[in-house]
Amino acid sequence: MSEIHDDPARQMRAISRRSFLWAAAAVVGAWGAIRWIASRRTERGLVWPLRRALDATDAFGQDFYEPARLAPTFDASRINAKPRVNGEEGQPEERAKDFELIVEGMAGDEPRTLRLKDIQALPKVEMITELHCIEGWTQTVRWGGAWFSDFVKAYPPDGAPDYVAMETADGVYFVGLDMGSAMHPQTLLCYEMNGAPLEFEHGAPLRLVIPVKYGIKNIKWLGRIRYADERPKDFWAEEGYDWFAGL
Amino acid sequence: MQRLERKHPLSIRWFHWINFVVLAILVWSGLLIYWANAVYGIRFGSRELFHFFPDSWFVAFGLNQRLAEGMAWHFFAMWLFAANGLLYVLALAISGEWRHLVPKRGSMRIAIQVFLHDLHLRKAPPEGAGDKYNGAQRYAYTGVVLMGIGSVLTGLAIHKPIQASGLAALLGGYDFARQLHFWLMGAFVLFFGVHVAQVMRAGWNNFRAMVTGYELTDIPEAPKSTPAAAPALKEKAG
Repeated sequence: MSEIHDDPARQMRAISRRSFLWAAAAVVGAWGAIRWIASRRTERGLVWPLRRALDATDAFGQDFYEPARLAPTFDASRINAKPRVNGEEGQPEERAKDFELIVEGMAGDEPRTLRLKDIQALPKVEMITELHCIEGWTQTVRWGGAWFSDFVKAYPPDGAPDYVAMETADGVYFVGLDMGSAMHPQTLLCYEMNGAPLEFEHGAPLRLVIPVKYGIKNIKWLGRIRYADERPKDFWAEEGYDWFAGL
Repeated sequence: MQRLERKHPLSIRWFHWINFVVLAILVWSGLLIYWANAVYGIRFGSRELFHFFPDSWFVAFGLNQRLAEGMAWHFFAMWLFAANGLLYVLALAISGEWRHLVPKRGSMRIAIQVFLHDLHLRKAPPEGAGDKYNGAQRYAYTGVVLMGIGSVLTGLAIHKPIQASGLAALLGGYDFARQLHFWLMGAFVLFFGVHVAQVMRAGWNNFRAMVTGYELTDIPEAPKSTPAAAPALKEKAG
């Protein structure tokens, strides 16, 4: 330990003055920075410095997204028999009698209109995965349906779009997906839940189950699929959440 | 007579105070996130003794209905926390300061002595008064670094439970990792409370050293005079 002689008390005062001035400047600076951030104008549900920071973190997550990494699958004993219901945005008044799925962005100008039997005609698969709600809870469910990648093979886009947009029939709820996540081997167009037909409040007749994303991207009451070259809008990303929302 | 003694390097003082601000933001924004699924409590059998936290508590502190804002702050401050923590550990390693911090042989014995002494259950002052940090401090300050690493790892596991599925599985799965992350937050708050109490007990000179880097130390009155009084044992804490 170095020693300084020659009236230490006086020297201590001089050092203290300097250090505490620095400390005061740091406190004012930190407080000012936080106040400044918190008072900026809002951009997609967040003050813009936080929005930019979140977008950067989001992009980082997207860069590290590895499509070959599978979501863990579970034993049937882990299943939640009555999975929690959350989110009513885009829920129709009543169960649709004539279900239509409109597909846009395929070759040709006209959108295609599909029926549930068209989806059911694709190879049927099942998986037991977790649904992670962005609120922090998780449900384990046996999902049944068709791989989205099989759907894309059967109803291919025109060209090689980077995104896919999905909406409820009324357009009230909408999600945007990067094609890399949409084509993940566990992304499912789902019409069965725990071995039974999908229930209405869980999105019947057709919903998306995409285990590599938070629940907010697992759109229910699916009515429209659109292949897109530009990043589609996303319901919750407009409200301050991150767009990628990858797990 | 007194003299000035260098106590804390500049880098460590900055890392310490930056960490204080960043950790405060993380705890606050973490509570904004936790509100959306506030399910933990202290249970005794089937009875819940205390719930973290009652709704009225969230409302009283303005922590309700702010999930998106909480995530945005949390995912911003997490980078600062990880970077600052990494630089702190590097500075400890390079400067050799870690030798003062890591528990050594006998630290546990001294830590127990400090504990009993501070609770007035033991009169004799703890051994090892010449050390920069006593045994209890060594365990506490090394432990808090490990807690920081734990918070980063459990945080990563619940932030990316699929991309980091191996880590998540290692930490007992998503739900358990989220619990660990929460209880680590509680441990930080507990650490903070004890730390502040100990710093207040240790006094101004000790606190000032964390800002200025220097401490005023008594030099025992020296030569020729009558048998020198034993130098006052100073409390070292904080």
